[in-house]
Amino acid sequence: MQIVVDLNRCEGYAQCVFLAPKVFELHGEEALLYAPAPPAEQAERVRRAAAACPVQAILVGEQAGADAGTGAGADVR
Amino acid sequence: MSGEFKSGRIVIVGASLAGLRAAETLRDEGFTGELTLVGDEPHPPYDRPPLSKQVLLGRVPAADVGLPARRQVDARWKLGVRASGLDPAAKEVLLANGERLPFDRLLITTGTRARPWPHPEEARLDGVLTVRTVDDASRLAERLDAGPRRVLVIGAGFTGSEIASACRERGLAVTVAERGPAPLVGALGGTLGSFAARLQRAHGVDLRCGVTVTSLLGSNGRLTGAELSDGSRIDVEVAVVALGAVRNTEWLDGSGLAAGPRGVACDAGCRAFNMYGIVTDDVFVAGDVARFPHPLFDYQMLALEHWGNAVEQAEVAAHNMVNPGPLRRPHLAVPAFWSSQFGLNIKSVGVPTFSDQVTIAQGSVEEGRLVVAYGYRGRITAAVSVNRAKWLEHYQRLIETAAPFPPEPGAADRPTAPRVMASDVPDPKVLSHGPTVALTGHLPDRRLAVLRPMA
Amino acid sequence: MSTETLLERINAYENRADPYPLYAELREHGVAQQNDGSYLVGTYHEIAALLHDPRISSDVRHRSTPDAARPDALPPSFIALDDPEHDRLRRLAMRPFGPPHSPGRVDALHEDIVEIARELTDGLRDRDRIDLVDDFAYPLPVTVICRLLGVPHEDMPELRGWTNTIIASLDHSPGEDPQEKQRAGTAARMAMGAYLGDLAERRRANPADDMISALVHDDGPEGRLDKPELMTTLTLLTIAGHETTVNLITNGMLTLLRHPEVLERLRREPELMPSAVEELLRYEPPVQMLPQRTPLTDIEVGGVIIPQGAPLFLMLASGNRDPLRFEDPDHFDPARRDNRHFGFGSGVHSCFGAPLARVETQVALAELLRRLDGPRLVEDPPPYRHSPILRGPRHLPIATDVRAGADA
Repeated sequence: MQIVVDLNRCEGYAQCVFLAPKVFELHGEEALLYAPAPPAEQAERVRRAAAACPVQAILVGEQAGADAGTGAGADVR
Repeated sequence: MSGEFKSGRIVIVGASLAGLRAAETLRDEGFTGELTLVGDEPHPPYDRPPLSKQVLLGRVPAADVGLPARRQVDARWKLGVRASGLDPAAKEVLLANGERLPFDRLLITTGTRARPWPHPEEARLDGVLTVRTVDDASRLAERLDAGPRRVLVIGAGFTGSEIASACRERGLAVTVAERGPAPLVGALGGTLGSFAARLQRAHGVDLRCGVTVTSLLGSNGRLTGAELSDGSRIDVEVAVVALGAVRNTEWLDGSGLAAGPRGVACDAGCRAFNMYGIVTDDVFVAGDVARFPHPLFDYQMLALEHWGNAVEQAEVAAHNMVNPGPLRRPHLAVPAFWSSQFGLNIKSVGVPTFSDQVTIAQGSVEEGRLVVAYGYRGRITAAVSVNRAKWLEHYQRLIETAAPFPPEPGAADRPTAPRVMASDVPDPKVLSHGPTVALTGHLPDRRLAVLRPMA
Repeated sequence: MSTETLLERINAYENRADPYPLYAELREHGVAQQNDGSYLVGTYHEIAALLHDPRISSDVRHRSTPDAARPDALPPSFIALDDPEHDRLRRLAMRPFGPPHSPGRVDALHEDIVEIARELTDGLRDRDRIDLVDDFAYPLPVTVICRLLGVPHEDMPELRGWTNTIIASLDHSPGEDPQEKQRAGTAARMAMGAYLGDLAERRRANPADDMISALVHDDGPEGRLDKPELMTTLTLLTIAGHETTVNLITNGMLTLLRHPEVLERLRREPELMPSAVEELLRYEPPVQMLPQRTPLTDIEVGGVIIPQGAPLFLMLASGNRDPLRFEDPDHFDPARRDNRHFGFGSGVHSCFGAPLARVETQVALAELLRRLDGPRLVEDPPPYRHSPILRGPRHLPIATDVRAGADA
């Protein structure tokens, strides 16, 4: 599971921190920090947090380009 | 009619945030043709903002910062290989490994790289680092884990300030050297610059403004110290070069595009200009490497190193790549960015550097919670909040409607006698760090005005 | 054609079961000035702008109308104050409840809430007819808020009486003496504040693991709430901490029973519950309107100037059904995307207890779907409570099939 938060949208309602406190964290009063690749046991909490986000700023998915392979000039489809 | 737009070969050069979101949008918009993404880093797309925050704090391993996919893109990924040239006549991208990639339409999202330390021998000293890529951040996090006695951060823009913040939070001694008069001053002007200076010092940063680092000193290939322009000398084991970014346009030399150190010029629909200022119809640009005219800012060419711009411009570019003229959209989003440092959430909308005056619209410097509004010739052009993010939408609406500056009186939490001050945005030339927003009202590079015979 | 104003019709009890056609009418008007000088705003984008506009006050003392100077011995709670005072009080109240100081508090309650919901549904097992409100939707959040704050459960009937009086004082209905309701509301606020203040004093001497104890022992950099602040804040948290959740759970079950295909889908796809609750907050929000906003200066909204000091009603439930913002807004779609509803308001005054209400409702509805066999409405619409602001059924009679044997 991979997540990204659009912090331009984020207004600091912190619903995600309440609902998944091991993944999302307020740094000071308002700045949001989060674990971009939360462990599987947090998946349900993360989905609840994403649904609850009042500005719908949390994108949950699988890692993009995971099928891309790595390395010099890797040519994977 | 639309069939030709939805098929064919599209190549995206640059496989980071903008390239990824463009690829996804192309598929969302019904593009069924062949899609290739080229990236010079060996990694799949990843998210850069956490690198100078969570990763340096040691909360998150650098390897975790991948980006979630919005959808499958069914693309050919060519990662770890650099694009070395563009042949516009043959419509081919040249790769460093000698391969040629033919395309019908091309999207350029090559972004930027960290501006290197200007003295190559000093830059090679062990302990001299930059933070731009996941590998950079991983290396720096390791260095910080080792507990260096002092870290030197060269340049107090957003990245430099966030690095300094992470160091202090880890309890490491840190010196910040900035050529300008204050941290963040190049992006936010004098009022928040002096706020940021007090903030850094209150958190124990040894902040030195108005100085440059004249040399980095080493012994046996390892960094040992630095000399500053004021004659002082400090012992450091780690120096982080945070002098801003360089746009990745060299590969376009000789391509005939309006590409240069300031980026690749394009229209509001993300179509690249050629060097004669004629818009192309098969080459598009998005993200940090693009410069585009924005009507809210007198149609000046904006080049934005912003996460949000990479996403929004990529979406517009992708849409326009697969839709005919009348359906094409302009990229009109109001610029926005954020930074978190020293426990504060700093958010910006509009273009703070496009201003002549500022006022504290809500809150106060003393509280550490405030909104600063920026005006240009009597209209509001930007606002920056510090731990006051929930109000920022209001100022975005004021910017979008070119509302008068200063904002009218009669709001909660507004100083009783708000002062309007000069915005005090320095000439970028006096700063160590490059500005994250560049306003450039002319074409990129003089040499592009030299006419060359067309191939 | 009625001569009543739109606000009077919205307030009229006979429209309680379905105010949505009136909201549609309101959206047609744009900004609607009422005969009494108040203004209603019911379109999404205008409400969103006003909720983030620092020129809009939540403090009714800024009103130019007579009822502004409500004689109250207690200071206003933070929902009726503006920044920076609102912000200070809310941050102090947040310290024992949520991030940044207590990020895990609500998450830690999750299992408790599940347990409470199971106990309540256990009690329904052998009954073919229940009242969802009395048997489940009321006791669940009350038990939770008592445990969270540290209010003895046996005192709840008394608190319920005060709560009802206070809520009744918020809206004016035709034919009633508003002065009398105001007086009763003030008296109830005083009595409830005094009770909670005394309770806080007891916790000061004998702390327990609850929010009241944490509030009276907080040694944060900004100090503690003083006694009057503590009394009003605790009154607010106690009332808001259960009243709206009762309605949210009840509205939720009512909505699901009216949409059996969604109910079945949620049984098949329980992972959809979080977004279904968000849709519920859009579709049937327990707080229908914010009736206490006031412009601090003349403000233009949708081409209309709302004068400084005029009572301004932000009709959240109407904004939630605005077709200019939500596709097919009268359709209940448990998987709706980009659902930025006003169910908990927005901006600095957005609902303090939202995360708790979310967890309670998700757990409550999941548990009801799991435990009730063949639930169906006995009467539709059910009888509603009076308030047009905090809107919800007074009772929700449901018939079920009694299961043979124990539930898994």
